[in-house]
Order: sequence, then structure tokens, then C-alpha cells
Amino acid sequence: MSLTLLAQSAIGGVLLGGIYGLLALGLSLSWGLLRLVNLSHFALAFLGAYLTYQLGTQFGIAPWFSALVVVPAFFVAGLALHALFVRFEVDEFASMLVTFGITILIESMIQWFWSADYRKFESGYAQESLRIGPLFVPVLELAAFACAAFLAIAVWAGLNRTLLGKALRAAAHDGPIAAAFGIDATRLSYLLAGMCAALAGVAGVFIALTSTLAPSQIEAWIGVVFAVVIIGGLARPLGALAAGVLIGVSESITMAAVNPAWAPLVAFSILIVLLLWKPKWL
Amino acid sequence: MALTFQRAPAAIAAAVAGLIALPYTGVADFYLSYLYVVFFWIALATSWGILSGYSGYWSFGHAAFFGAGVYTAATLAGKWGLPFLLTVPAAAAIAAALALGIGLVVFRIKSLRAEFFALLTLSVTYVLAAVVSNTPLDGGGGVYLSNVSIPQFGTTVPGAIYLLGLALALAALAVSRRILRSRVGAGLLALHDDEDVAEVKGVPTLHYKLAAFAVSSAIAGAAGAIQAGYLGYVTVGETFSITVPLYVVLMSILGGARHWSGPAIGATLITVALSLFVGGGHAELGRAGVALALVVVILVLPQGIAPSLLARWGRRKSAAPAAVQEPPKVVVMKPPAVHGATGQPLLVCRGVAKSFGGIRALQGVHLQVEEGEILALVGPNGSGKSTLINMISGHFPLSAGAIELAGARVDGLAPHEIARRGIARTYQIPRLFDHLTVLENVRLCAFFGGARETSGEGDAEALARRWLAFTGLEAKADSMPPALNLHERKFVEFARALAARPRLLLLDEVLCGLTPTEVDQAIAMIRKIRAGGTTIVFVEHLMRAVVALADRIAVLDQGALLALGPPRETMQDPRVVGAYLGTAHAA
Repeated sequence: MSLTLLAQSAIGGVLLGGIYGLLALGLSLSWGLLRLVNLSHFALAFLGAYLTYQLGTQFGIAPWFSALVVVPAFFVAGLALHALFVRFEVDEFASMLVTFGITILIESMIQWFWSADYRKFESGYAQESLRIGPLFVPVLELAAFACAAFLAIAVWAGLNRTLLGKALRAAAHDGPIAAAFGIDATRLSYLLAGMCAALAGVAGVFIALTSTLAPSQIEAWIGVVFAVVIIGGLARPLGALAAGVLIGVSESITMAAVNPAWAPLVAFSILIVLLLWKPKWL
Repeated sequence: MALTFQRAPAAIAAAVAGLIALPYTGVADFYLSYLYVVFFWIALATSWGILSGYSGYWSFGHAAFFGAGVYTAATLAGKWGLPFLLTVPAAAAIAAALALGIGLVVFRIKSLRAEFFALLTLSVTYVLAAVVSNTPLDGGGGVYLSNVSIPQFGTTVPGAIYLLGLALALAALAVSRRILRSRVGAGLLALHDDEDVAEVKGVPTLHYKLAAFAVSSAIAGAAGAIQAGYLGYVTVGETFSITVPLYVVLMSILGGARHWSGPAIGATLITVALSLFVGGGHAELGRAGVALALVVVILVLPQGIAPSLLARWGRRKSAAPAAVQEPPKVVVMKPPAVHGATGQPLLVCRGVAKSFGGIRALQGVHLQVEEGEILALVGPNGSGKSTLINMISGHFPLSAGAIELAGARVDGLAPHEIARRGIARTYQIPRLFDHLTVLENVRLCAFFGGARETSGEGDAEALARRWLAFTGLEAKADSMPPALNLHERKFVEFARALAARPRLLLLDEVLCGLTPTEVDQAIAMIRKIRAGGTTIVFVEHLMRAVVALADRIAVLDQGALLALGPPRETMQDPRVVGAYLGTAHAA
């Protein structure tokens, strides 16, 4: 295997890792700070992808403008979903079940509306890539990665550098005590839930641009992205991005060097080794 | 009511006989296959519940064990031509072995609780799928079992598959019910609530988790083998899909995972509901309907259907005059059976040291506790009192030194082993099993503690009721711990420790937070416990209680033993005064 091929697949892996990290970001935040394991994050992302696809193919709206519609709409959807959780005092495990039900619900709706066929959003950018020496960097994937990196850093800064973020972390750590110090934990949790759903919308736009869409694809992402969330550490935005890159690179190098069929083995072996080894940052 | 109890077994036997006879009555194969699918999910969901429902270790990797069974059958029967019926136990054995291997690794990791276990088992599924898919076990193209001859038991092949599914579902239910009502089940439910406490109370948590994991996986493996025969063609994608774990989890939660019948109820409901829509033109709308129903049920009945039904039934039953049970008021303080005043020290600590990273919490404590003595451990906060209690009960391993109980080393033993040798403890902040009633909390400790040897004292239930009476809690026997106030919770801690009939009782600040009257009650109770022959080591800040109770006082300061002796002299020792008030005053 040539060095060029290795470098090319590493680039592909890093960029793929950006999408993993982007999906993992919202999941990691809601799990770590709201104690809600939101399986429907994947379904929401795909719904966002399908909406982008629909707006783009039927009305010819550029994906960047679709994002301006999808992301705020998802923020509102996230608020509505969170209202349900708050009303019924859903705990961590029940949240998994409720959101699984919502996943199936959304998946069925997607299948009903868009059928189970594979769809591909052909945007003008799909073929464009930058050339660096012998290597190609696809523009869309690069944009996805840049966006993921920007959002991860922004969220990190928000959580660690602003009063609001610190209040959020305090409320996640011990809600009643935080409330006793005047933090309105419920309002903050709504804000965060809306933000997580909005992040799913952002991820959806990039999924529409870079991947093939099918309702069955929703489940295909669950395993890998959960691995990314765990490796990255709950509620650690930069960790999620780094873990996404780690998994992405190891997957694509395995695909190129060994056999595409072994790729899942590598991602999950990394997760198992890390879980058993338990480094301090995990 | 008694009539229905007698009728129930007969009705169940009749129903089972009817189900067995069904394939011989000429029912169309379609219905037999339909029922088989229901049985298949009952077996799978019930098997999941044995580990995950009872112990709270949620496995998302049930597809791995199911898949191990599928591919065992596919390889043994499909490729090597072994008789199909032989592959079922073989599949069970291989799945169980796989579970034991995984369990031995993951259950040893203390921090690997619920969510991590869920994700780790999920990962194992993907790894196993990749291995099967890339090796000759499958090779990527799927395996045909069409050449496998399935014994027909005098009916058709679908009839035989139906009977196998029925047998497995019934076996799974029987095993699950048996486990739930055994010591293992009690232990699993307790470690669901608080694993450390369960271990300290004498539950061999590692063994129980491994056993439950192996049994659960064996049933899943057997289900996989039968399913392989039913399908006739298996692929990696279908076998190791996310569908199996998710459906199994949903069925169990819907039905109620902490009851043996819950998963079966959920499995039946979901399977039937899904099948109602598959036939129609809009299967996806049907699935959406089921998903919506699931969301609603989980929101409205978070405990699942079975417990809600049972609770309703239980309410109706207890409306009958059940309250006239005579309270077993008589409290006889028989000394714990294993005793015999030997004159040798009961507990010996030799140079016990403990470091947490760079912090030396205990630095070489030497201490002897005589049989029948009450020893108070006092000292400023952070002096290592609770750490010493935690070392004796086996919660932490020692950094150096040795601990002996009646001449035998107990350091290095698992906490449950130490509990069985006769050491019981209470926690400063009561750590009760929140999902077990007060009576069940105490009974569990009677079950697993040193009381096992004292078989002459009646069963654990009677023992537990006796100790509840002793602590004045008989009226609260059926309450759940979260409904109790602090005083009651502390006394449940007492009752739990006493029900184990310990030779040595370790009390960690039992009086803290109690009102003066409650403190007086507790002091009287501790005196009675000692009168029963139990040796007591207690940590306490309340000097009134220390002076009233202790034969000797051990003063700890900064992890070292500062003074040891009779209460009054020791507390007037200038070094002790200095440790409490600062040296300037003592000088």
C-alpha cells in the first residue's frame, strides 16, 4: 500500500470523523448534561437530511438556505420533545425507550413519504475537490469538518467560558443545589435540548450533501456514533470531535489497507480497548 | 380467593397441554408459524430479563448471543450435517461460554456500570458480526440450512418448530421465575439498587452476575439455533442487526423488566401489534402506530405493564382483612450461634495502612477488639475512622498490614466473604435498596449474612420480621425506603446489619442527625445488641453516646492511632484534646 493511498484514506477518515463528531456532539451534550440518551437524534438528523434533499431537489433551494429553515425548526422541535420529557419526568433509561419509539415513528414517516429507496442529493459541489500535491480533499466533506470543528469549539467555549455554560454544567451536576443558588435549571435544559436538536439539523444538512439517504441508514449510524460519544467523554465537545476523527481515520485506513468488511471491527475494538483500559480522560 | 390460587396451576397445566396438542389438531401451518414467532420473542425477551431486568445491567448485545446460536446451528447442522436437535444445546453452550468470557472481563471492572455495559455489549455484537462475516463461518454470502432435516415429532416441520419454540419459551419462563424467587434473584435485585452494599451484605455479586449472564445468553443461543432452523437461510446483516436488542429491551420494559412475566407480556403485545400491520399496504404506518403506543405506554407506565397489573391486583387482595396478622412482638435475644467466649481478641488490625494516590488516609493502625466489647472510634473529621471501617468490611483493599477476625485473615477477601464470616456494617448515610420493601431489605441481609449457619432460627422471613420488631419498624415492613424518614432509615440499616447475626457489628455514625430522644432509643438498642453477644465497633462524634456506650475508646488523628483506653481518661489525654481543639489550647 502506497504512502499516497494511506495519506488519502487518512484525509478521508479525518473528514468522515467530522460528521461522526457533529452527530456525536448533540448526543453527548444531551446525555452528559440532561441525562437523556436521545436515540432520536439520528432520526432527527436524517429527517433534516431528507428535508434538505426535498427543498433542494423539488424547489431548487441551495442547502445553505435550507439550513436556515431546518435548523431553527429543529430547535423548536427539540423544545417540544423536551417539554414531553419534563412533563413526564423521564429518567435516563426511559428516555432511551421513548426516543427509540420516536425514532421508529420518524423512520416510518420518512419511509411513507420518501419510500425506502436510496436517494442521493446531487449538488453542484459534490464533484469539487481541492488538490494538494497528489492528494484530493473533497470540498463538501471539508466544509462539514470545518463546521463540526467550529461548532465543537464554540460549544466548548460556551460551556467553559460563559456564565450560562457554567450554570448549565452546575445544573447537570446537581440540579437541586444549582436551583438553590438561583439557577433556573429547567429553562436551561430547554435551551440545551433545543440546541441539541438544532445540531442534529446541522448534521442532517451535511448528511444530505455527503451521504446516500435511506430510512434504514438511520440505524446504521447508531453503533458508531455511540462509540464516538463514549470515547469522547460525555458532554465534552472537543472530545467528541477527536473521538470522531480517531474512529473515522481507523475505519478508513482499515478499509483501504485490509478490507472494508473489517472496518466495524476496528472501530468497536478501539471502543472495547478504551473501555477496559479506562484512561483518565474517559 | 383461595379457590383461584388452587385453580391457577390446573389452568396453566391445561393451557400448556392445549398448546402442545395444537399442531396435532390439523391447524394450518400459517398459524403455527405465527405462534412460533410469538414464542421466539417471549423466549428472547425473557432471557434478556434474567440478567438485565433483574440486575439492571442492560445488555444491548443480546444479538451477539442470539447470533452465536444462529451461526452455531448454521455451521453444525448446515455445513457439517449434525442432527438439528443436537445443535440447540450446542448453541446454548457456545453462547453461554461467550457470555462467561465477556463477563469475566467486564464485570471485574468496578466502574463499568449500566451504560458502559450496555455499550460494551453492543460493541461486542458488531465485532462478532465482523468476525463471522469475514471468516468461513459465513463469508459474507449467508448460509443455507435448506438441506437440514428437522425432526417432525409426528407433525409438519412448522409444527415441530412451533413445539421447539413453545418448549424454549416455557423453559425460559420457568427458569426466569425460579431465579427470581431464589437467592440469586434476591441478590440480583439488590445489586440493581446498590451493588457495593449488596456485596457488603454478603451477596456474591460477581458470581451471580456471571451466572445470570450465562443463563440469559444460553437461552438466547438456543433461540438462535431454533430460529436458524425456522428461517432456513441466515445472513450476518439480519442476525446481528440492532432489531434484536432493541425489540427485546422494549418488550421487557413495556411488560416490566423486574418481574419474570413482564418480558413475555411485552413480547406478546409487541409481536401481535407489529403483525397486525405487516399484512396491510402501509406497513410503515402500522409501525408508526406501534412506536407511538410504545412512547405513550412508557410515559404513562414507566414501570411496565406487569407491575402495574400486579399492584392493582395486590390492592384488591389487601382490601381483604390481611391486617390482622399478629405482630411477632416477642424479641428473644439469642446470642449468635457461632460464638463461644474464647478469650482471644475477635478483631485484630496489624499495621493497617491505606493510601489514596498521594494521600495517606491510614498509616499503620494497630488495634485489637475483644470479644463482647464495645469500642468507639473517635477523632476529627478526616482522621481515617470511616476508612478503617471500610477496610474492615472489605470495601477497599489494604495498602499494607493485615486484618484478622477470630485469628483468621480477612483482608483481601471479597466483601461478601467477609460478611459471611460474621462482620456486618451500617452506613453513615443509610444506603437502602430503594426498590425493595423494608422487609425485603432486611430479609436479604438475613439470607446472605452470617445467619446462614444459624439455621435453627426459622427462615429468613421470620428472622427479618423479628429484627424489624426489635428496631420498632414492624409497621413499616411493606413500605419502600424512600418513604421513610432519616430516623427510620437509620433503624432499617440497624435491622439489616442485625439480621445478618454478626459477630462483629461496625456502626458508622448511626446517631448523627437524630433528635435527643432518638439518640436515647438508639443507645438503648446498642446496649441490647451487645447484651446479645455481638461485639461492636462504632464511629461517633456524639461524646454523650461514646461515654455512655464504649468500654474503650480509640482516637484516630491524621490516619494514626493517637490514644486507646477507657473513655474518660482517654478523652482527657492532652494529645487527644490537642487533636480536637488545636495544640495551642492543650499546651
